[in-house]
Amino acid sequence: MVFLEFEKPLEELHEQLNNIKEVGEKGGLDVTPIVSELEQKIESTRNEIYSNLTGWQRVQLSRHPERPYTLHYIDEICEDFVELHGDRAFKDDKAIVGGLGTIDGQRVMIIGHQKGVNTKLRQYRNFGMPNPEGYRKALRLMKIAEKFDIPVVTFIDTPGAFPGLEAEERGQAEAIARNLIEMAQLETQILCYVIGEGASGGAIGIGLGDRVYMLENTWYSVISPESCSSILWRSWDYKETAAEQLKLTATDVKGLGVIDGIINEPAGGAHADHKEMADILKKQILKDLKELKPIKKDQLLQKRIEKYEKMGVFEDRKN
Amino acid sequence: MGWFKRLKYGIQTATKHKKEAPEGLWYKCKKCNETSTNKELKENFLKCPHCGYHTRIGSYDYFDLLFDENKYELLGEEVQSVDHLSFEDLKPYTQRLEEAAKKNKATDSITVAKGTVKGNPIVVAAMDFTFIGGSMGSVMGERISRGIDYCLKNKVPFMIISKSGGARMMESVLSLMQMAKTSAKLSLLSKNSIPYFSFMTDPTTGGVTASFAMQGDINFAEPNALIGFAGPRVIKETIKKDLPEGFQRSEFLLEHGFLDFIVDRSELRDKLGSLLHILKK
Repeated sequence: MVFLEFEKPLEELHEQLNNIKEVGEKGGLDVTPIVSELEQKIESTRNEIYSNLTGWQRVQLSRHPERPYTLHYIDEICEDFVELHGDRAFKDDKAIVGGLGTIDGQRVMIIGHQKGVNTKLRQYRNFGMPNPEGYRKALRLMKIAEKFDIPVVTFIDTPGAFPGLEAEERGQAEAIARNLIEMAQLETQILCYVIGEGASGGAIGIGLGDRVYMLENTWYSVISPESCSSILWRSWDYKETAAEQLKLTATDVKGLGVIDGIINEPAGGAHADHKEMADILKKQILKDLKELKPIKKDQLLQKRIEKYEKMGVFEDRKN
Repeated sequence: MGWFKRLKYGIQTATKHKKEAPEGLWYKCKKCNETSTNKELKENFLKCPHCGYHTRIGSYDYFDLLFDENKYELLGEEVQSVDHLSFEDLKPYTQRLEEAAKKNKATDSITVAKGTVKGNPIVVAAMDFTFIGGSMGSVMGERISRGIDYCLKNKVPFMIISKSGGARMMESVLSLMQMAKTSAKLSLLSKNSIPYFSFMTDPTTGGVTASFAMQGDINFAEPNALIGFAGPRVIKETIKKDLPEGFQRSEFLLEHGFLDFIVDRSELRDKLGSLLHILKK
């Protein structure tokens, strides 16, 4: 188990618990009463910590190394899945995965950012930072979905589109821009779920849809708190303040009218129980599919445009 | 004792390079350091008369360059910024807005106008880099959106002149959503076969490039404009190498297939006029 800084009290309690269990085993003693007392204490401490999380703590949780990623969810949610590769122009981007599958017998095209689970795989997945070919692969898969009338489900979890030299040469901006205008008119349902980090253009490049949800311990913002601190405060030391100022938590983003809802995570966060998290997410996807399926295509597109037309807060001096 | 000795004391800059001038009358080129009068500059389409450097100009300058007889009507001025998140970094956002409003003729980072170019009606949205870096916030999204509504209603072509550092951080996720909002609205122009031109000027980066700037039916740029997704500094820090000469400049984008053409400011009006004329049904 990996504990974050603010989970220190939990880590200590877990250590105590393990020690007592070990002592009990070695000495053949009955430690059940102490163990259950400690377990209760762990639960209450965890609830206390998790009910008062700051923006920055949510950001840390969204990056928890044991957090489930797109392929985890696909494994848990889909009874059948075929991964599809490549953008048919340059290469197969490993930071975005996608493919055809079924969820409870319903056909879906799932597309999501993918991070690695260990050092080697993190590099292989470029830390979840796609290059233009990733966005182009995503669009290719969406077009297949549109052709065969299959809903698109996207999982968002990226620290940003990759800011590299080759990415610029191959048109990182063009790739994201094209996805946005194509997704606005894609003639099939699009469901988007922020499962981890929702960083800027890299996130919205697969994030324009009829329904957009955030898991409880995720963030969605125009910039990461670190970069914001470096640009606006001209120092890396204001990331906590930036996280508060950016109003990037699920609750804040919901309040700004940008997402349709928040998906609760199991006690102790998504990383504490992958299976339960996947079950909760699966239920939400099925609910959204059911809601959107009966809507006629032209109405669906009209509602999608209207939804984004309304976004933003400004003063209208004529009214 | 050193090998070299200063012969004359007190002289630090050769006169040749020292060309300080009082503001208002003279223009000193950032690129070639030559001076010219503001009158010469204006007569030369606000380009340096010596080296052709395209100075960074504002929305109203472009309107004057483009529209017939300098006549145009503003759209969407009723839309104004508010500090919805009570954002404060080193300065409160409200203070940044006030300061920007004071030093600019434009009332936000984008100004939208309708008029005619060589007799062809068009709506032009142009940005001011001097207004919080031409940053994209809710107002930019809404003014573009209202400009597009006018175009849809009246079947008039649309053009955006981009000059922006990207999203307005002080509006956080709301500014990010303007990428989706403008894309959604532009998709309606496309559906209705109304031409949309994207004209990129120095600089065009971030969320602006990754949305409407790259979505034109025809994408074109001023010479030597910086155009990209990530800023050069960020890329340099990521790859830990120096960037090649001309990287992310208009000519680089043309070479890599992301622009239809590069246009000198002196030919902009003619070229746009031709496109409007040819595309007219």
